[in-house]
Amino acid sequence: MDPLELVGAEPGPARTILFDGRPVSALPGQTLAAALWADGVVAWRTTRVGGRPRGAFCGIGQCFDCLATVNGRPNQRLCLLTAEHGDAVTTQEGHGHGELDV
Amino acid sequence: MVNSTSEQVRYDLAVIGAGPAGLAAADAAAGLGLRVALVDAGAGLGGQYYRHPAPELGAARPDKLHHGWRTFAELRERLAAAPLVDHLAGHHVWAAERGEDWILHATRGPEAADRATVTARCLLLATGAYERQLPFPGWTLPGVVTAGGAQAMLKSGLVLPGRRIVVAGSGPLLLAAASSLAAAGARIPAIVEATAYLGYARGLPVLAGNPAKLAEGAEHAARLLRHGVRLRRRSAVVEAHGTDRITGVTVARLDARWKPVPGTERRIDCDALAVGHGLVPQIDLAVELGADTVTTADGTAALRVDAQQRTSVPGLWAAGETCGVGGADLALAEGVLAAHSVAGKPAPARELTVRRRRRAFAALMAAAHAPGPDWTGWVTDDTDVCRCEEVPARAVREAVTELGAADARTVKLLTRAGMGWCQGRMCGPAVACLSGGPVGRPDSRPLSCPVPLAQLAQRDGTTELSE
Repeated sequence: MDPLELVGAEPGPARTILFDGRPVSALPGQTLAAALWADGVVAWRTTRVGGRPRGAFCGIGQCFDCLATVNGRPNQRLCLLTAEHGDAVTTQEGHGHGELDV
Repeated sequence: MVNSTSEQVRYDLAVIGAGPAGLAAADAAAGLGLRVALVDAGAGLGGQYYRHPAPELGAARPDKLHHGWRTFAELRERLAAAPLVDHLAGHHVWAAERGEDWILHATRGPEAADRATVTARCLLLATGAYERQLPFPGWTLPGVVTAGGAQAMLKSGLVLPGRRIVVAGSGPLLLAAASSLAAAGARIPAIVEATAYLGYARGLPVLAGNPAKLAEGAEHAARLLRHGVRLRRRSAVVEAHGTDRITGVTVARLDARWKPVPGTERRIDCDALAVGHGLVPQIDLAVELGADTVTTADGTAALRVDAQQRTSVPGLWAAGETCGVGGADLALAEGVLAAHSVAGKPAPARELTVRRRRRAFAALMAAAHAPGPDWTGWVTDDTDVCRCEEVPARAVREAVTELGAADARTVKLLTRAGMGWCQGRMCGPAVACLSGGPVGRPDSRPLSCPVPLAQLAQRDGTTELSE
């Protein structure tokens, strides 16, 4: 049994997103976080202080742990964004504005 | 029902939150002839409880992941046909302003790129709850997720955080989460519940008055039995192991005060952990308006309401989890009761009965699952308490013992615990406990969600700023 089988899901054709340049398939309607979980990925950020990996924690947009850079924009909550074809998700390091470091 | 907003409309009632309480209130209010704005941050109706797969996923049997799906389906159908209700989806209200009318300020869309205001004569807060987290060593590892989060990701995205998932913490949500995760194909090596579940035995008359709650519990229990899932009571996950991802947990027995009993540790392998310690009413908007609160038996702050669901703020009603966590049936009943009060109509007898019984059950549940005072015994000094600002327990303890902090607010000012993105929603209850100060005080969040500065700068809603 898997979740799709449990609810008798018949999704439309999958979309392809890029995670750190690697193609990952996303079902229509899934969030970016869900697509990454389905691919076995649970971390897509490193923290500002300790450089530790993080991913989705609360899953509903409250905890802000699932931040990553999406199509060049840092600090996006992947648990809220629906995956669109061609979305490029990159692992975010720290605050995500590395280009501003002096 | 119209899925759009008109800033020119003056609504009779604005309902914030489209979960059980908000849906029932909007439906009842429209039935009583009120013009209603149903405002919700999410894209669809249902809130967290009735969260369901996006239509594009083509789920033929969404009810498989739900208790009471039919109630939701009927409400959704009725609301879709209700000309008096506007569903303002993707609207995250960050402040409510009281004037002659209520003016709600909201961001729009998942990236808060746009804004909106909603004007209404009366306001109902049906914003539900979020999960309470108690930290333990390793709780920031990837693969450790909240029990509600695992539920939410499964219900909406049809995905699991791993294949072998330990479910831990306290409260009935653990049984519901484990039951759906198991049904969706996950192995559940154990449900680890901190209480003995004996607290319910003290309320046998209350249980007898709530046969539906007993049936719901029995349904979960039967499903868990079928999947061979073991409930380990009076135990807690005291450490999660792994470097870049969780690989296992250590579980220990707890005494009655939730202190881990030395020598009882046992390791369980897993690739995910779903954890939570009950729910916290989400009442930021009302707290900023000065609404009175009460402290529930499990130490959370809830809104104080009268028999008509009115808060202490004129024109502000509340229903469901905002008045104390009690589940969907209670929320549905209170939504209906609030709508009748707003419309100036007598309360329907059926909902009054449901509310009386379910509120008694809610009080029993809160007392049964209240965290014991010694849970902090498993928090090692190097455990990050605040996930956002990466503040270890050591810093919090030093703020108390060496710098004289005696409440959560002082600890926050000294350590930054609670100052990060989530504004203390994840660490707040834990910091309050570790500080030794009062628990169950409402948090103050003048803006209930992140708002772009440009939107704050145009609060009157008349001038448009160019990007």
